[in-house]
Amino acid sequence: MKEASPAKAYALHLGVIALLFALSFVLPEYHHGLLARIMVLAVFAMGYNMLFGYVGLLSLGHAMFFSAGLYGAGLAVIHLGWSVPAAFAAGLACGALLALVIGLLALRTSGVAFMIVTMMFAQVFYLIILYFAAWTGGDQGLVVPQSARVLVLGDTSLGLTNPTVRYMSALVLFSIVLLVALVIVRSRYGRVLVAIRENEERTKMLGYDTFSNKLAAVVVSGTICAASGAAYALLFGYVGSTFASVQYSILPLLWVLLGGAATTLGPLIGTLFMYYVVDITSGYTSAYLLIVGIALILLVLFFPRGILGTVRQRWLGWLP
Amino acid sequence: MTDKNGFFDLSKTGLTRRTALKGLAAGAGLAVAPGFVRYSQAQSSAPIKIGFQSHRTGIGAAYGRWYERTTAAAVKAINEAGGINGRPVEVIIEDDGTDPGRGAEVVGKFATQHKTDIVYGTLFSHVVIGSAPAAGEAKMPYFVVSEGHHVASTKLNRYVFQPGITDVKSQIQAMAPWIAANAGKKVTQIFPDFAFGYDHRDYLPPALKAQGAEVIAQIAIPPTESSFTKYFPQIPAETEVIYHVMVGPAVLTFVKELGEFYGSNRPQLFGFIDSLEATDINSPGLEFLDGSHFWEGSPRYAQPDDSAAQKAYRAAVGIDDNGAAVGDPKDVSTAAHMFGCWETLFVVKKAMEDAGYKGPEDRAKLVEATEALTEFAEGPEHPQGPKSFNGKIHQCFGIQNISKVEGGRLNVVHKTKIEDGLYEPEGDYTTQPL
Repeated sequence: MKEASPAKAYALHLGVIALLFALSFVLPEYHHGLLARIMVLAVFAMGYNMLFGYVGLLSLGHAMFFSAGLYGAGLAVIHLGWSVPAAFAAGLACGALLALVIGLLALRTSGVAFMIVTMMFAQVFYLIILYFAAWTGGDQGLVVPQSARVLVLGDTSLGLTNPTVRYMSALVLFSIVLLVALVIVRSRYGRVLVAIRENEERTKMLGYDTFSNKLAAVVVSGTICAASGAAYALLFGYVGSTFASVQYSILPLLWVLLGGAATTLGPLIGTLFMYYVVDITSGYTSAYLLIVGIALILLVLFFPRGILGTVRQRWLGWLP
Repeated sequence: MTDKNGFFDLSKTGLTRRTALKGLAAGAGLAVAPGFVRYSQAQSSAPIKIGFQSHRTGIGAAYGRWYERTTAAAVKAINEAGGINGRPVEVIIEDDGTDPGRGAEVVGKFATQHKTDIVYGTLFSHVVIGSAPAAGEAKMPYFVVSEGHHVASTKLNRYVFQPGITDVKSQIQAMAPWIAANAGKKVTQIFPDFAFGYDHRDYLPPALKAQGAEVIAQIAIPPTESSFTKYFPQIPAETEVIYHVMVGPAVLTFVKELGEFYGSNRPQLFGFIDSLEATDINSPGLEFLDGSHFWEGSPRYAQPDDSAAQKAYRAAVGIDDNGAAVGDPKDVSTAAHMFGCWETLFVVKKAMEDAGYKGPEDRAKLVEATEALTEFAEGPEHPQGPKSFNGKIHQCFGIQNISKVEGGRLNVVHKTKIEDGLYEPEGDYTTQPL
């Protein structure tokens, strides 16, 4: 693998951000709205990638971190009347705290056991949401009132239901997380995570505290996923237990595998690809999930490392 | 920063540049073809476009199939009678996968890509609640056929209506007098431990209390449960009526195990047909239900006193006297709910004509015209029965049917009055800005 010069890597990522910014002015209305949603969910995928891609820990429970942010922010607005920034911070805090607790417990396992333990915790989280239906709305969920989804910056009030504000808010979040992810994976800490993924015993032998590093990765991953969930609640106005179901733990895995695990831009590519395959094929047949399945099989066959992973392997070895 | 030993290499297959380019070209072709087609604004002679948010896949698929058939029949009837304001009606269907996230995207797609005049047809409560913000933000009139109390609770927004089917709070309230007078005064409830069950848990006790009866036990069963025997000992011995609203595939097991638990000496049974929509009442294991009673929105089986309008509706939708698809007795309909699609579309027609609706610029007028409606007379447009409509809470109120299982069919033994299901409004949508 070639190492990219920092300028090259940052230029690429800033270019992607600039492209997404420019698309805001040229995309048709529907795709403009869809891309805002995709960027928010790509953040979820980036959070997942942080743990799965760089540490090699396959979690089947990340829906709980997304939901922690979703409910943390949504319920703070609905029940406590908090402002958008405070509610977003509450969502982040919920995700970070949950990730810390889950990490402390789940990291006592590895491999298949880690998958099962995270899935079980997520299921517990899902059932807790249903159990406290009086507060969470149970399986029906709750609407975050449109009147409360207003971002006040000084004298300016920005309604998050405005398509442009929503798109730009999603872009700001996406950009921050993308650049943070890039900084992390290029840092010494990021290299330690990859070292743990490749050979944990050797990393330990080199003197690194692998448990602490993995725990930090779980917290970073969970917090990023919670940021996505909090943004989803505030930008799209709905919190519901569906987002805590196992389906939403599988989706980021698929998005990351499709786009390319351990690539910084892969989660965006994977989320974008999956969304459009579903959106386009569902217009033709109710068996669109079959087509999605076939697309996944073809990708595994022809792009075994995901789209960007394969591009990196074959052509652009410097891709971060 | 990359995987050196093939950690993510899911297979080891070769890939030529030509193959990759072919794949990319095909993908690009897919991306630019149908999804990106621009749709022009409806013109005065162009069809009225109704975006149908359908549960084609996911847990609601059985309902979705019958909602589509009923919708097609209603649109055919409307178009044959001259359409709406002289314009034909065109239905555009998008599958929401019975998922609230996808539901919101579908509403957005109708608003910004298909540019439909309204969105309509959603059943499952969580999809309605998940989609309602998108409809409100797009200022898109959203007519649901859900039966949930969420619209009438006034927790959604001014663009969401439920004019074609009564809500569950009203249904439960209307059932209580009959249960107390005919089935028994000591009631044990068995319900699924999620929102649909909670509506029954919360609304039945006060409704029964008002009738001099009481709920003596409430047994919530987790949605993941597949065997129910362990819950039955919790049913108090003095129970006179078991009120059950189990839904989902496990309902057959539930009934079978309840039968094994009680044998021939059982309390009265009262249930909501939601449990057995699209399920043959003569399925093996359901024999235990013989002699029990069910709520039905509209009767599944043809009744001796069916009105001409009811008969015409059944013929138009294509259901036989047993409530199954004509020509396929195994394809049992969701008759208790799907009439709501038919009636909702005729409400939309009436409101659009009242508003002089011409296109999306008149959506606010359509909202106000719908809110101004007060009554729907029984007839071809409302074959289930007469209804009143409360424009402040965007909810209709109507008659309910109580049917008895006898001789392998459901016979209506009681029809409630509209007044039986009325309750105090919990808010007022008309105070919200348009």
